[in-house]
Amino acid sequence: MATRIDPIVSPRLTLEVLSPDQVGRIHEATLEVIETVGVRFPTPKALDIWEAHGATVDRGRQVAKVPRKVIEDALALAPAAYVLGARDPSQDCPLDGEHVFAATDGCGIEVIDIETGELRRSRLRDVEEIARVADACDEIGFHWVPVSAQDTPAESRALHELAAIWRNSTKHAQTESIVTEHEARAAIEMAAAIMGGHDALRERPVLSMMQCTTSPLGQDGGSIEAALVAAEHGIPVGFMTMASSAFSGPATLAGTLVVGNAEVVSAMALMELAYPGCPVYYAAAQTAMDLRSGAYTGGGPEDFLFGAATNALADFYHVPLSMGAFATGAKEPDWQAGVENAMSCFMASVVTSDMLLGVGLLNGSRIFSYEQMLFDCEIYSIVRAMLKGIDTSDEGLALDAIREVGTTPADYLATKHTRAHMRELWTPRFMERRPYGIWSEAPDRNRDWALEKARTILRTHQPDPLDPAVSTELDRIIRGVEDDVASGRLVVAAHG
Amino acid sequence: MHEDLLAAMRQSIADGDQDAATATANQAIEVGLDPLVAIDEGYVPGLSYVGSCFSSGEMFLPDMMLAARAMNAAMAVLKPELAKRSQQRSVRGRVVIGTVKGDIHEIGKNLVGTMLSASGFEVVDLGVDVAPERFVDAARENNADIVGVSALLTTTMTGQRTVVESLAAAGLRPGVKVIVGGAPVTRAWAAEIGADGYSEDAVGAVALATKLMEGAAGAAQG
Repeated sequence: MATRIDPIVSPRLTLEVLSPDQVGRIHEATLEVIETVGVRFPTPKALDIWEAHGATVDRGRQVAKVPRKVIEDALALAPAAYVLGARDPSQDCPLDGEHVFAATDGCGIEVIDIETGELRRSRLRDVEEIARVADACDEIGFHWVPVSAQDTPAESRALHELAAIWRNSTKHAQTESIVTEHEARAAIEMAAAIMGGHDALRERPVLSMMQCTTSPLGQDGGSIEAALVAAEHGIPVGFMTMASSAFSGPATLAGTLVVGNAEVVSAMALMELAYPGCPVYYAAAQTAMDLRSGAYTGGGPEDFLFGAATNALADFYHVPLSMGAFATGAKEPDWQAGVENAMSCFMASVVTSDMLLGVGLLNGSRIFSYEQMLFDCEIYSIVRAMLKGIDTSDEGLALDAIREVGTTPADYLATKHTRAHMRELWTPRFMERRPYGIWSEAPDRNRDWALEKARTILRTHQPDPLDPAVSTELDRIIRGVEDDVASGRLVVAAHG
Repeated sequence: MHEDLLAAMRQSIADGDQDAATATANQAIEVGLDPLVAIDEGYVPGLSYVGSCFSSGEMFLPDMMLAARAMNAAMAVLKPELAKRSQQRSVRGRVVIGTVKGDIHEIGKNLVGTMLSASGFEVVDLGVDVAPERFVDAARENNADIVGVSALLTTTMTGQRTVVESLAAAGLRPGVKVIVGGAPVTRAWAAEIGADGYSEDAVGAVALATKLMEGAAGAAQG
């Protein structure tokens, strides 16, 4: 039976990081940048579309400078709400501005082995097992490809990863690892095979795509070509800026927001020009560069502000947002991981970011840890409880119970009101709440509990399997791509 | 002699001021200051100062990059003058760098190149999407001590192994050292493909290259 997803719904707390006036200033600055500096689209397919719609295109530099009206008119065509379909319809994720769905992070390259604790290169089996654990967690709404299946051929790796997720979970799969047109076409064929045709897929897409921009003010050619294929088939596609303040964006936060916004907005507008009304979304994981190493930090006050501010921009454009959260820079599930992931999860959730990426990865989205995955789920469950706010109805004020107990010490322990409401109080799975004496003598710690929980899920949880005929079809599609490459019919080239 | 000018050179690097670095280099030529003196007593101490401030936490990576670019701007002015005088700056090592075939990511590689060249290495940058044979040819033509191979994707990272193998097949190993870098690159990967080292950032890459050169010098002496 499919696991029930228990998402954050309609947060009762509010937070305004950017006022409407500030959002307006960022929007105006963005349009000016797109019109006067331009954005690099290194594929003739995109440049042709821009030119046909009145942009000034520099073919040599592959830069399009687009009049503001073209951008604004195109963005107005984007649907404000749609559904991410799941193999099991009860697990569909409506992106409607009311829900916050968490997902696994991607795309890691190493895994802390669940049995040995050894740090090793990621492989296909990890994708399968992580998907199965994610399938069992009610905090997780859908999947990203959590780690790279490095034991599969490069030209079909993204497809093996998707098949592994669909075979091990009934939840929606959003891939962030497809960066070529041929992989996009094959992935969509796989998704259509699962849904029983392209029309059904368009209605409830079990697949969505996320493409990274290349900051500052650029796109990846292959990613844009793959995105156009997705848009053609009604597969939701989003564009993620990872602009890094003082590195790939200005040192000021507003400047970094403008640069990232220009990247995301121009890519979404291109999709709408090519396929009017296609489902697109905003995606972001901006950060402030680490001033010493230049590295992407994956946590810090700037990141948390970006997490809340970006939703104001996505709301302004009436498109869903996929926000990078969690994804701590910590090297193991420790104090730093807790601080960073709690802050980033809260800030992105309180403003109702539709999608919340990043569960389970350490070291700036490089190392997967099952303990961290379940700790992140616990963080999400804390935030979910907080965002329900405080009920001040008569039942919430509890005057009857207060009268009943009066001044009798500790007597709320045994009232009907308590029995009726106590399960609304949050209960931890991995917090240390044992008495000090027991804790000091116990051999186990909270990391052990998380690991044991993951092991138990892997031993016991069996999601509804794919229809064997569909599974065979997925293999056939993947093999087709591999044969095309082997025979030279398909040349996998570098993209600019 | 020329103490004020040498001080201005040091300051131009400490300030990361490319214009001032270029201007002081031109001044040196005008007044007939030996370019090697300008480099060794003017610009290099400026860069060392920035390096020590970076180590002690008073300066950050942008300070280092600005200083490196100012240094390279001064060198661009002084190089023709050195050639005219048939002089040569002592080079700490010759490095060929590039991003592997099939990969067009260059930010990290460019950072490493800038820092290495400012630190006294001679850097030949082959750009992006570089075939293994081009690494081999460039290493041979430039008499390289070190080849630096960058890759950002797990799908292209395997190209680093191919470069190591190609250099070996061409008989250039182990004389030519190979260093690798890029987001998916780990110590284990570097060891597995037989590279001589890896770094996770540009500052570390300079330290690594320096260490490899010292090792090579030690080996030559021993």
